[in-house]
Amino acid sequence: MKTISLSLVSALALSAAFTATPSLANPKAEVLHYWTSGGEAAAVKSLQEAFAARGGEWVDAPVAGGGGDAQAAVLRARVLAGDPPAAVQIKGPNIQEWAEAGALADLSSVASAQNWDAVLPAAIQDIVKYEGNYVAVPVNVHRVDWIWANPEVLAKVGATVPTTWDEFNATADKLLAAGIIPLAHGGQPWQDATVFETVVLGIGGVDFYRKALVDLDMDALGSDTMIKVFDQMRKMRGYVDPDFPGRDWNLATAMVMRGEAAMQIMGDWAKGEFAAAGKVPGKDYICASTPSENGYLLNSDSFAMFGVSGEDNEQGQALLAELILGTEFQETFNLLKGSIPARTDVPRGEFDDCAIKSMGDMVSAADGGTLLGSMAHEIAQSGAVRGAFIDVATAHFNSDMSSEEAVSKLVDAIKLAQ
Amino acid sequence: MTRPPLKLTDRIARKLPQIVVAPSFTAILFFVYGFIIWTGYISLTKSKMLPNYNLIGFRPYERLFQMDRWSVALENLFVFGFLFIFTAIVIGCLLAILLDQKIRAEGFIRTIYLYPMAISFIITGTAWKWIMNPSLGLETVVRGWGWESFSFGWTNSETMAVYALVMAAVWQSAGFVMALFLSALRSVDQDIIKAASLDGASPWRIYLRIILPSMRPVFMSAVVILAHLAIKSFDLVVALTGGGPGYASTLPANFMYEMTFRRNEIGVGAASAMVMLATVAAIMVPYLYSELRGKKHV
Repeated sequence: MKTISLSLVSALALSAAFTATPSLANPKAEVLHYWTSGGEAAAVKSLQEAFAARGGEWVDAPVAGGGGDAQAAVLRARVLAGDPPAAVQIKGPNIQEWAEAGALADLSSVASAQNWDAVLPAAIQDIVKYEGNYVAVPVNVHRVDWIWANPEVLAKVGATVPTTWDEFNATADKLLAAGIIPLAHGGQPWQDATVFETVVLGIGGVDFYRKALVDLDMDALGSDTMIKVFDQMRKMRGYVDPDFPGRDWNLATAMVMRGEAAMQIMGDWAKGEFAAAGKVPGKDYICASTPSENGYLLNSDSFAMFGVSGEDNEQGQALLAELILGTEFQETFNLLKGSIPARTDVPRGEFDDCAIKSMGDMVSAADGGTLLGSMAHEIAQSGAVRGAFIDVATAHFNSDMSSEEAVSKLVDAIKLAQ
Repeated sequence: MTRPPLKLTDRIARKLPQIVVAPSFTAILFFVYGFIIWTGYISLTKSKMLPNYNLIGFRPYERLFQMDRWSVALENLFVFGFLFIFTAIVIGCLLAILLDQKIRAEGFIRTIYLYPMAISFIITGTAWKWIMNPSLGLETVVRGWGWESFSFGWTNSETMAVYALVMAAVWQSAGFVMALFLSALRSVDQDIIKAASLDGASPWRIYLRIILPSMRPVFMSAVVILAHLAIKSFDLVVALTGGGPGYASTLPANFMYEMTFRRNEIGVGAASAMVMLATVAAIMVPYLYSELRGKKHV
């Protein structure tokens, strides 16, 4: 009798193993991302482990290279074939475009259960919501409007990190006279655009930035303020060294580190370079926001959740969404990647000084309504419009185009791209 | 009297060539010509991030030709294409004639000149990027030798970047053109050359009046091969200048990639691809036409 029951049990176990019953479905999620190197890969792995610890089956679909271009091609093909992955690393207005195409899932139930509205700044909610419902989950926030400065080099001309653009120009002129490169910069279109948007924020102010770069108000784009912005860009061009075209951003960061140049304007991924070289914030380098009226330009990565079918997939997706915005993952991930959490209630103890400053600034900017999406990094604009901004900013920076001509080109290009 | 019906095996044997060719023919028909037609259709729609099949007429082409980036790319294509083809043929031809002088170690030298062709454009581009970098490459070296005013920052200059592309592309392709010409030089009828030199013609005159004119078909093939290399150039730009400074050295293929895959402008990207196709066709069709017509007369 015992043997019979044993064999019966094993037969049952076997049949259960072969016919996965839907009621006992394991949460499962296929994740399409392009975080394949260094700290980013380690960060993704931490999410993978957390997901597995909750009984989930993670199907990894990394697409290396191209800064997301290659992934976008894969995603398009998968969606058109009717077989989208559960979660895809996309950001900014691309989320809205996919939502408009009807491809994204509604995360309202997870969001209300986890009370996302209370922990995310409104500016970030706008990015990941479509028609009032969450369709994507923010992973992190990178601040874009940073100056990375070498205090020793600045001290050579008796200067500190500038807090206004006039001061910036005065300091840069002094540095030039002393034979030091004031601004370390890489002449790639997106880097030119990064400097451009911080200048728009600084010279034009928060409202002007919102009108021109977010709402694409033609009067603002063609205004005298925009001419002033390009005037400042022309000055910035004088502060970079002649070898800047094509230089990668991390090489420019290294110039600041080695003391060849005094400052770099770059997002806080530059911090990773300093950290890797064993430099200490506040001592070997200074992180300060670029001059503006408490503005904060954010770049935020997120995972958009695509409409999947099957209970296991749906459960997996919900679990993944919950984990991504969970306090624990937001902390581990951002410590690894060097960014800051998208939610505001994560303990700050483990983070470095620059990150703590960034977290504090983000909260106060969110309260003061000065938290803005970056144009150069595909939050405020994407695709054609972003491309048009970048084209004009880079064409002006790399030629002797006048500010007036640049403004009229900008207006034409934005009209054409809309 | 009726003929006996063909056996099945005979019928198959008779049709065998068609049967063997059919799969690749179908594949080419679908994947090449089918997608050309698809791209043509998409270029007349308002496709943005995803393909959209509602026709809107020639609006994408209008937008394309209003874009500053596109006019720069098109202008660069003509400058780059013309200079690249011309210089590669002149240098290749000259090398071939010099190698044809029955010199020692010809095989060795020929291999050296031909080798760049074995390298991909990405590597050529990267190597020349370093050579032309003002603070790493040739400029620093020459200045180190004492010529302080020497300047070679082509890749950093808005106006010169496209010539930097020409230089790297010619370096890569001139050896190939040389090989083409060398084989043609060798196949010229030696009796005619002997007869000419008996008549007292100088070697210079023999080359100019007899040998080069008899090589006309090779010139044509060289032009066609180099022209399509020029039109589809993409990787060289990516590696050497990244399209910059700004977008001063971008070419149509780079423009197409940028629009289609980065800017969610599939419609405009398709339109630019069609313009590139038309450019290739404008060169290839007359060539094929003259070639095929020539064959009939033989």
